[in-house]
Amino acid sequence: MGDVLAFAEQRDGVVRGVTHEVVSTAAALASELGGECHALAIGGEGLSGSVGALGGFGAARVKVAADGALAGYAAEAWAAIVVEAVRAGSYGAVLFPASAVGRDLAPRVAALLDVPMASDVVEVSGAGGAVVVRRPVYSGKAFARLRMDASPAVVTLRPNVFPAQERSAAGAVEEMAVSVDPSSWKARVVEFKTASAGSLDVSEASVVVSGGRGMKDPENWALLENLRDALGSDVAALGASRAVVDAGWRPHGEQVGQTGKTVSPKLYFAVGISGAIQHLAGMRSSGTIVAVNKDPDAPIFGVADYGIVGDLFEVLPALTDQVKALKAGG
Amino acid sequence: MNITVCIKRTPDTETRIRIAEGGDSIDSGGVKYIVSPYDEFAVEAALRLREAAGDGTVTLVTLGDAAAAEQLRSGLAMGADKAVLLEGESGFDGLATARALATELEGHDAPLILLGVKAADDDAQQVGPMLATLMGRPCVTAVSDFELNGDTARCQREVEGGTEVVEVDLPAVITITKGAFEPRYASLKGIMAAKRKPLEQKAAEVPAARMTLEALELPPARPEGRIVGEGAEAAAELVRALREEAKVL
Repeated sequence: MGDVLAFAEQRDGVVRGVTHEVVSTAAALASELGGECHALAIGGEGLSGSVGALGGFGAARVKVAADGALAGYAAEAWAAIVVEAVRAGSYGAVLFPASAVGRDLAPRVAALLDVPMASDVVEVSGAGGAVVVRRPVYSGKAFARLRMDASPAVVTLRPNVFPAQERSAAGAVEEMAVSVDPSSWKARVVEFKTASAGSLDVSEASVVVSGGRGMKDPENWALLENLRDALGSDVAALGASRAVVDAGWRPHGEQVGQTGKTVSPKLYFAVGISGAIQHLAGMRSSGTIVAVNKDPDAPIFGVADYGIVGDLFEVLPALTDQVKALKAGG
Repeated sequence: MNITVCIKRTPDTETRIRIAEGGDSIDSGGVKYIVSPYDEFAVEAALRLREAAGDGTVTLVTLGDAAAAEQLRSGLAMGADKAVLLEGESGFDGLATARALATELEGHDAPLILLGVKAADDDAQQVGPMLATLMGRPCVTAVSDFELNGDTARCQREVEGGTEVVEVDLPAVITITKGAFEPRYASLKGIMAAKRKPLEQKAAEVPAARMTLEALELPPARPEGRIVGEGAEAAAELVRALREEAKVL
């Protein structure tokens, strides 16, 4: 019962960054539980080529369920395949990313397997044979340590928290035979609307640039976009406070805090955000927090590592220039 | 069409969390309780559907202690028709909660079951898809808007980097996130009417939880930060500190 199955999420055949975190964590947990790490990828044709490299993150076996009809996420079919893979092995735990797909898929798998599940976990260990997790509750205002008393333990891992560790190992790729009948699916993804070209999601980015009421007008978001672009739009994403989302300035998908997303980037910029308790809850587990606010008494400075007191309309362009200069200088 | 909405009593999101003695619960002294905000979106969605259809019933269900009747009354005041309080423990094991709800909901003639995407206390985002799976129904999660076309719901679902459009055949379970369904305020008339609406109380059939809470802890305090300076001139020092001290640039 000591093996650990890692759900290897990919989109359009491209393995997602968080998958490396999940496979690495599964490998570490498997060695605590005295078993092997296996990865499972579900998707369209030609998937074996793109997921084969997961062996390098600790997967002794990489199982691939590929079919043209599985190219997009199909909850019912994907859940059935995960359950089939779990039942074919002897797993003590099944790990998913706490991504949109993982959050949707893992509870179905847990219900089908009749085992409990822990969501959005930030620590997982298998010491003593039992899976014990630590996870935020009340949007990060507290943490719960939970022992999972059934096997396999189904767990989703918060992105950006667990290290992705490359190892000098290679896993064997095994094709899983699947037969799928899309005509029987009761839920179907019929369209995908991209938020904006290449934009990174706030929950996955390693750098988040968030704006609040102090930005004064949605048009001023160009200043935050400039800073994000200087930091690198491949690693940095825009975030927003609840006040500006409620005002309709920014989409809810960018909201950080309670009733939005809880984020854990390496670097978090809070610009023109005073720091309501709900917002602090959602970002306080960030690595380094920078606050820019004209009010020196704003609560945001209470959690920030570095602060600048001043007019953000002057500070942001200067900051963007400094970051650009730094990047240009290598 | 009849719609059942599952709601949960949670602390107000403005609550400062304190851990109670014993370390396995929060100190509820002075805590104001509300309907979990995501569940309010679900109630609003149900009310709008009923109003658009001109017929049907919106039924609220909650699993919790007797005090959760207060949150059911809040939903009735918004406009729901009746409510069921399943008295029982709602802990961290989402599957146990989903089973208790499924036992009740199997008896409801409701082609549509709505829930908030997650509860504002455990943040688990499990119960909706688990409930659907136990009931053999399809489920669409994290839906910010949807419309009904006959027996199909067309849902906008938030995912990383965009929005998925998902069509689902009823009967179905849909979990709602922030988006189109800004909840209405209860009117005084609604609050008065809620007192006379049926609220059934019965014992829940909750299976034993299979997750043990070992401890509840507050997040570690963050080390005190420093103000690097004022105005645009401070930008250079900030970037230097981020690069040389924090090593994040």
